[in-house]
Amino acid sequence: MELISPTEIAKEKIEAVQDFSVLAGRSVANLFRYPRYFADMMQQADLIGVGSLPIVVLTGLSIGAELALNSANTLQRFGSLSLIGQLVSVGMVRELGPIITGLMVAGRNSSGMASELGSMVVTEQIDAMRALGTDPLKKLVTPRVVSTVFMLFFLTIISDLLGLFGGSLISTFLFRVDWRQYWNSAYQILMFQDVIMGLLKPVLFGFIIATVGCYYGVSARGGTQGVGRATTQAVVASSVLILLVDLLTTKFLMAIFSYR
Amino acid sequence: MAAPPITVDERSVPTETSRSPVIAFDNVSIAFEGRTVLDGISFQLNKGETKAIFGVAGSGKSTILKLALGLMKPDAGRIQVLGEDVTQMREEELFDLRRKIGMVFQESALFDSLTVRENVAFRLLEEGDVTEEEVEKPVRESLSFVELEKTVDMFPSELSGGMRRRVAIARAIITHPEILLYDSPTGGLDPVTSTTIVQLIVKQRDVYKTSSLLVTHRLQDAFTMAASYFDRKTNQMQPLPPGMRGEVPMGFLILRDGKIIFDGDVHELAACRDEYIREYIS
Repeated sequence: MELISPTEIAKEKIEAVQDFSVLAGRSVANLFRYPRYFADMMQQADLIGVGSLPIVVLTGLSIGAELALNSANTLQRFGSLSLIGQLVSVGMVRELGPIITGLMVAGRNSSGMASELGSMVVTEQIDAMRALGTDPLKKLVTPRVVSTVFMLFFLTIISDLLGLFGGSLISTFLFRVDWRQYWNSAYQILMFQDVIMGLLKPVLFGFIIATVGCYYGVSARGGTQGVGRATTQAVVASSVLILLVDLLTTKFLMAIFSYR
Repeated sequence: MAAPPITVDERSVPTETSRSPVIAFDNVSIAFEGRTVLDGISFQLNKGETKAIFGVAGSGKSTILKLALGLMKPDAGRIQVLGEDVTQMREEELFDLRRKIGMVFQESALFDSLTVRENVAFRLLEEGDVTEEEVEKPVRESLSFVELEKTVDMFPSELSGGMRRRVAIARAIITHPEILLYDSPTGGLDPVTSTTIVQLIVKQRDVYKTSSLLVTHRLQDAFTMAASYFDRKTNQMQPLPPGMRGEVPMGFLILRDGKIIFDGDVHELAACRDEYIREYIS
């Protein structure tokens, strides 16, 4: 195996960050340039949003139910089972809803984008598009970024609501918590900043999922093996970035909102 | 035999306009991962001329086409295309220039999620406010040129290799570009299909007078083009009469070790005494 010097590796990494930044920047800048490809945006919104709905419904429901199930025993020990609605509500809206939905959509769509665009690169379809006078970033990347950001926002809301619903099922049927009390406490505890935090994150995660997926797709090299590698890297990189950005955003917003 | 079309006679006496270059490479070099592929090459493609580029695999033939289209940037040198320096242009500026150029890729590079109609109409639909109904006529005309009207609703995966290549030609010519770039259009095809493709290229050269760069491994294709003309009456490619061999605007360019070792017409190629070239064309 050929040994590569650390300088070369560092150079490659810096170049990759630079290329990613250019792609991400242009994907946003293209929103203000013609043509805007609304039909492609709608098609992507259908693929990303409607296509991801079953997996988001399933994970939202089960995460909410599991959160209620795991916390109920501890709350029971302190005689605070009535607070279960608050716990599920804050947990889902602020943290679990956005992050679980983000990771699910990353696994499904970041890989899809990387493999689709990667295949287009290795079969020269991207070059053909450029040769035909069309900007691939405008035609392929921007619609995916816009659609992912837009749809992840609503998918997260659905996930939050279903998580709360899953928690209510466990609380009501297994722990005999009053149904009205559960929803009342879940609603009462939520503050404006919790909702803002829960809805800002999917916007950032959506941007990460689409730009990372597209970046690995358009940078794919080396035939079908290269496309496979790009697909795996896209899922890993977008998942790690989501976790990292989640941590930073939570800390940043907590500082801004002077959290209790 | 049908008489050669007037265009052949016209081209035997080159005019000032026909001598103006549409593509000019000036001392162009490019290297990939430390390996020099093109080393200071210079050549011109004149208006209305078709130039066949030869060389062994990896000699930089396809790279020349991609450089001319601005898909790649050279490490050194200048490339003028239709009077514009593509080496100095930004990607956004290049999109306008590329609309005047058609390219047929080695593996066709058709968009596999689009039908033949959508592939051929792609450029028209991208260019402006045209409806699908408005593009139907040019799409039919373009597909009729390559004799594939019946495939209009098919997907590229349903076509044979030769048919895909012909659809790629239809896609490239739909806007009647000033320059056509063919990257191994007959590579991997059977002799009958290859002849059909060669005939289409000759038709494009003689009927529409399009300037073209043609990358190929198949010498016989280029020799056929140099020894034939397109007869509009019979709608067939015909061999030139004996006295007129090579009197069509057809040039040859041979690459070796990153340099151009031959740039001339069929007569000059036949008269060339270079040992490598003699062996190459034998």
